[in-house]
Amino acid sequence: MATAHAAHDHHHADPSGWRRYVYSTNHKDIGTMYLWFSIMAGVVGGILSIFMRMELAEPGIQIFHGLAQLVYNTPAEAAVDNGKHMFNAFVTAHGLIMVFFMIMPAMIGGFGNWFVPLMIGAPDMAFPRMNNISFWLLIPAFALLLLSMFMEGPAGMYGAGTGWTVYAPLSTTGHPGPAVDFGILALHIAGASSILGAINFITTIFNMRAPGMTLHKMPLFVWSVLVTVFLLLLSLPVLAGAITMLLTDRNFGTSFYEAASGGDPILYQHLFWFFGHPEVYILILPGFGIISHIVSTFSRKPVFGYLGMAYAMVAIGVVGFIVWAHHMYTVGLDADTQAYFVAATMIIAVPTGVKIFSWIATMWGGSITFRAPMVWAIGFIFLFTVGGVTGVVLANAGVDRSLHDTYYVVAHFHYTMSLGATFAIFAGWYYWFPKIFGYMYSDFIAKLHFWVTFVGVNLVFFPQHFLGLAGMPRRYIDYPEVYAGWNYVSSIGSYISAVGVLIFIFGVIHAFSKKVKAADSPWGEGATTLEWTLTSPPPFHQFSTLPIIK
Amino acid sequence: MKTFAKFALALLASLALPAAAFAAAGQAEPWQMGLQDAASPVAEYIHWFHNFLLVLITVITLFVLALLIIVMVKFNAKANPNPSNTTHHVGLEVAWTVIPVLILVVIAIPSFRLLYLQRDIPQADMTLKVIGNPGWNWTYEYPDLGVDESGSAKVSFTASLLPEDKAKAEGKPYLLATDVPVVVPVNKTVKLIVTSDPAGIIHAWTIQSFGMKIDAIPGRLNEDWFKATKEGVYYGQCSELCGKDHAYMPIEVHVVSEADFAAWSEKVKTASIEEARDFLFAMLKAKGQLASN
Repeated sequence: MATAHAAHDHHHADPSGWRRYVYSTNHKDIGTMYLWFSIMAGVVGGILSIFMRMELAEPGIQIFHGLAQLVYNTPAEAAVDNGKHMFNAFVTAHGLIMVFFMIMPAMIGGFGNWFVPLMIGAPDMAFPRMNNISFWLLIPAFALLLLSMFMEGPAGMYGAGTGWTVYAPLSTTGHPGPAVDFGILALHIAGASSILGAINFITTIFNMRAPGMTLHKMPLFVWSVLVTVFLLLLSLPVLAGAITMLLTDRNFGTSFYEAASGGDPILYQHLFWFFGHPEVYILILPGFGIISHIVSTFSRKPVFGYLGMAYAMVAIGVVGFIVWAHHMYTVGLDADTQAYFVAATMIIAVPTGVKIFSWIATMWGGSITFRAPMVWAIGFIFLFTVGGVTGVVLANAGVDRSLHDTYYVVAHFHYTMSLGATFAIFAGWYYWFPKIFGYMYSDFIAKLHFWVTFVGVNLVFFPQHFLGLAGMPRRYIDYPEVYAGWNYVSSIGSYISAVGVLIFIFGVIHAFSKKVKAADSPWGEGATTLEWTLTSPPPFHQFSTLPIIK
Repeated sequence: MKTFAKFALALLASLALPAAAFAAAGQAEPWQMGLQDAASPVAEYIHWFHNFLLVLITVITLFVLALLIIVMVKFNAKANPNPSNTTHHVGLEVAWTVIPVLILVVIAIPSFRLLYLQRDIPQADMTLKVIGNPGWNWTYEYPDLGVDESGSAKVSFTASLLPEDKAKAEGKPYLLATDVPVVVPVNKTVKLIVTSDPAGIIHAWTIQSFGMKIDAIPGRLNEDWFKATKEGVYYGQCSELCGKDHAYMPIEVHVVSEADFAAWSEKVKTASIEEARDFLFAMLKAKGQLASN
């Protein structure tokens, strides 16, 4: 095959119609499906949280007893009790949906699939057809989770009210009905989807880089995905084991987590968090990669300290595996054990700090234009720092003693996830939208989306630090009168954030209706990675002749 | 940078102030921004340590914000049309690795002291057993007040949520007050043995003013302790998701003088727990120690 032309030999026509998507073997189409899926799931997860904030706006129960009657035909005398459980089921579904069906599909399935092959100069992923099943598995997984909300949990009530952590024995003896089983199966399938995806990305990144692209010349987004998928590969099987034992305890007479028969509920917690902690790094690491690209592009300057950035992510990934019990400081762990986990957890602050300072150093001396992606990225850097420092507070078991299971924890993880990961996703969306869809969007609408969201989410979550310090526990449908003030503010913030989502959706529709064609490289010379050398959108197949990297 | 330092200090002062100004004994106050008032040596330490951390993290966050603002002003495309190519600076990279490590060491020293203060259970003056129930309330046992032939504590009672109408009528905070309170003597080390009904769920027992929180797990006996240094009423709320009434199983502890505790103990051995409660409240009211909230 010594031909030097760019177009490849067409042995068959490009697929079309429904088969193009259902039988896809194209990383770009699969990436697009993941992005649309994550938007829809994000809206569902967001609606659940709006209901929760509406309930929490004032002390007392205002919404959920009526909601239980409306949705489940609960008789009036059981409405309050069912409403209380329904709130817990909403808490659970909100968390699981945002983590497994919004952030992960958007970052790894969406941007990862789209841009890892393009950035390394590959024609597609190593296993294009397995890539497709990774996406399509999410549909039954999401369906099972939604169905679980209509299955019985505790007697006469619907849904799994266990929190995303699904601790035994609440999830075993506390939920005799099938709701938790549906949730477990949803997680099994979503987990399988991610494990297969991890295999695909690892093989692709290790084997299919274009000639001349050593690992140390690889773009930082590719590094971020590489570390992320290793974490997925190693942590998800532990979750699978933990929830399989939950399934057998619930249905097949085992007692892994049942003390009366020789088991231990704390075993579940260790196994869950051994997965759960790497999971939160899985949620943020691709975001780190996205921010590196955007900051570099809009500063017209290469990323400061490339090797430091790459290996900081590796360090975060590795250390992330040995800190899990900082989620368990109050279960009665021995003092020396807690001390170890305090020390190990605090260490992660160092590579994370290196990244924050390196982004700022990238901007320093640059020539910065404040287009929408850059605005979101700068917002990310500040807000993730706020979330990160409260993490340093919580890392200390002594202080966590008072803050564990309070709103301080809720504030911390929402700052890092809703203000961190989600801002990174929107930054990536506005950065790569012209490349993916071939249209340029309105920078004004994108920035309006930013500012409304910025105000909204800070109003939701900053006061929650105060609530947590003041002692308000999490996962509570109702609270003592004294917490009413900041709860009201927080709920107002959620309505403003909802307006932000509407602006986002409007902006998408606006871009598709105006059809302003996007250039191959709309962001100028600062965009130096390979995806910008292709058309917008790229051809169905690219790099049939591999680019040579110098 | 000098004016900025002044601004930062002023901001810090305004942040530290509310933490002291709004905190109340035993429960939060409206619009509270900080921890509840400390009523034990452990809680005092937590307060100090948290304030220390808060100053540190505020400085760090403002520092990052300042850098971002400077960068946006000095290096936007109008101000700096020609970007530099600098991608390394060994001194900077070493500094921003080593300085955070030093900061973490400075944090770790008091952190470990606090941790071991909490987890090394000192010699106890009395023992209180706490059991979380599947019915979303707490059972308390006072083994020091006598044990029967089967080894169970003679003084054992269950404390449930005080319903809203009763709470309003008695001027007590709804969702914090219980029908009968836990009573402990002031300035005595109370050892807690905390568990959950073997057929039940995980709960968690906490009083923030004492600086303690410990999970109540079926099949496991968890030890914890506190030493209350101020008489008064202290509230806590269940801190591990346990089902529909997770928000409805609060904790109410009355810390009383040794003499009052002795009197209550005598009463509770022979009378019902409600009679003992009424007896205690009458005693405290007579001394002007029991306000209506």
